[in-house]
Amino acid sequence: MLNYVFKRLVLVVPVLLGVSLVVFVIMRVFSPDPSLGENGAGKYATEEQRQAWKKEHGLDGPIYVQFLSFVKGAIAGDLGESYKTKVPVAEEISARFPATIEVTIASMIIASFFGILIGIISSVKSGTLIDKAAITFSTLGTSMPVFWIAILAIVFFSGKLHILPSGDIIEQCLVINNVTGFYSIDTILAGDFEGFFDFLKHLILPSFTLSLHSMAIIARVTRSSMLDTLNQDYIRTARAKGLSERKVVLNHALRNALIPVITVIGLQLGTLFGGAVLTETVFSWPGIGRYTVESVLNSDFPVVQAVVLLVATIFVLTNLVMDLVYSMLDPRIKFTQKEII
Amino acid sequence: MKSQIDTKSKILDDFKKSKILEEKSDSRTKDIISSFKKDKVALTSFFVIVFLIFLSIFGRLIVPYDPDAQQRKIAHQTPSLEHWFGTDEHGRDIFSRIINGTKTSVLVGLTAVVISLFIGTLFGSLAGYYGGGIDNFIMRIMDIILSIPSTLLAICLMAAFGRGLDKAIIAMGIVSMPDYAMIVRGSILSEKENDYVEAAKIVGASDFFVIFRSILPNIISSLIVRATLGISSAILGVAGLGFLGLGVQPPTAEWGDMLGRSKSFMLTFPHEVFSPGVAIFVTVLAFNLFGDGLRDAFDPKSKNR
Repeated sequence: MLNYVFKRLVLVVPVLLGVSLVVFVIMRVFSPDPSLGENGAGKYATEEQRQAWKKEHGLDGPIYVQFLSFVKGAIAGDLGESYKTKVPVAEEISARFPATIEVTIASMIIASFFGILIGIISSVKSGTLIDKAAITFSTLGTSMPVFWIAILAIVFFSGKLHILPSGDIIEQCLVINNVTGFYSIDTILAGDFEGFFDFLKHLILPSFTLSLHSMAIIARVTRSSMLDTLNQDYIRTARAKGLSERKVVLNHALRNALIPVITVIGLQLGTLFGGAVLTETVFSWPGIGRYTVESVLNSDFPVVQAVVLLVATIFVLTNLVMDLVYSMLDPRIKFTQKEII
Repeated sequence: MKSQIDTKSKILDDFKKSKILEEKSDSRTKDIISSFKKDKVALTSFFVIVFLIFLSIFGRLIVPYDPDAQQRKIAHQTPSLEHWFGTDEHGRDIFSRIINGTKTSVLVGLTAVVISLFIGTLFGSLAGYYGGGIDNFIMRIMDIILSIPSTLLAICLMAAFGRGLDKAIIAMGIVSMPDYAMIVRGSILSEKENDYVEAAKIVGASDFFVIFRSILPNIISSLIVRATLGISSAILGVAGLGFLGLGVQPPTAEWGDMLGRSKSFMLTFPHEVFSPGVAIFVTVLAFNLFGDGLRDAFDPKSKNR
């Protein structure tokens, strides 16, 4: 098992190198010259000023030298400097990343919990009205644009009902002692429960809207996987033994049915990160998604490059973890060298 | 020697014209159409799509107002008999802009899918058919594309290409290409072992013929289903880019862009955010349901999944 984990980790390296190459090529070869932009030397800069600006930002050498120095830097944790703020990108990102992790994890929990629940109920009640309602939900959920749901949620819950805040991560008058960067942890550490509940209140709308799409997909996969499992012989045996329906469904069927669901949940992380870009923009959530959009609009390439690399790393590692969880759930899956290659 | 070649080419010709195969596929097409007709949801969505295509071709002729004409005096009007969906911040008629935006969205969805379908099929067939080094190389590239969340990659590409609808289409096309490549590769790998492929090879068919005339027609149904569902993701994706301000150039009407602009007034003028969202939702839903219906018709086993 350890051997397998190690080998998979080694295989992650070329993928990430590839990701950085792709992003690097997009940003440095296909993009317009950043030295001409607002955050560069400016439109009216002389050739000399532009060259000086390029030299300062390490854009003067041949492209492969630039790439090697970028990779070297990235391994050492140095992702360059934002063109706009002149602050190291790593600092800019670490200031915003926790907020994105908080909303993404919250959505992932909500999506998995309700998605699996809806999937189980509709598979057990297959063919009934409840099942049809669940199928309708999952069809509608995958067709609604997340940014539109976000806007509707704000219009309804803050505009009409006035029960939830329309944006931001915490009321601006509240001061949080920044230790970890995670609002949830920082407020608890400081014993500031008013702050914590305020944060939760701000978290509800973004995390629910973001989770809806994934919830629909998870519900759909759970349902179809449960339907498959419930038709198996060993389930009939379990029923024949006289086990309660609850035990049959939860202990016998669900455990096997969850295997494909876990893969889907892992894959949803990418969708959630993508969705976070849109939801954060609507809810003025101070996370990395909104920051990426701003950086794209400002042609702040080092930031965009770093964000993509970071998100891809997390995505690839999560899928690796999901594969491992997979093996724990289903002992039939054995890791042989052949499978890895 | 010459006669041998002649016989070979004759067999190949017969193979190409094989009537039995055609008749078989005819009756299968009938089966598919009749089972699709019975699916009311899918049929409705089909008509919705036909209607949307009609709107995108003739929309410009039936709109009550010029979709781009600005009239500051009547900005931010709520829905009325004159302006069914109200007016936006420049006093433009939202209903006319929605109708006009149909063309953009439908066109975007279709073209993006055609691009990804074409490139994806090409790469997928090369990888699956030739295997070995080519397969490894192509699939690693797909792995790399897949490990960047698609919205993020699309945004990245837009940052490089600059704003514009054509660029958004290309970005969406690139982003979803691996899906098709994977499907085609997988199917070719399994079809490759069949006798009919072996037969085609023995009679001297070229690789191109084997891939595109012998194997691909057999997996076309799964590709069509995937492509139909792909249209809805492309429409959603480009609407998202438009929402972020990376899509069309003003004043072109595009639903995502309309939503993004009206976002600033969502609490004071909620009617402005309502209709563009409904338009995106209905279009995406129609393509999703149509795709589901097609899948059920092509593969009756998949029903109730």
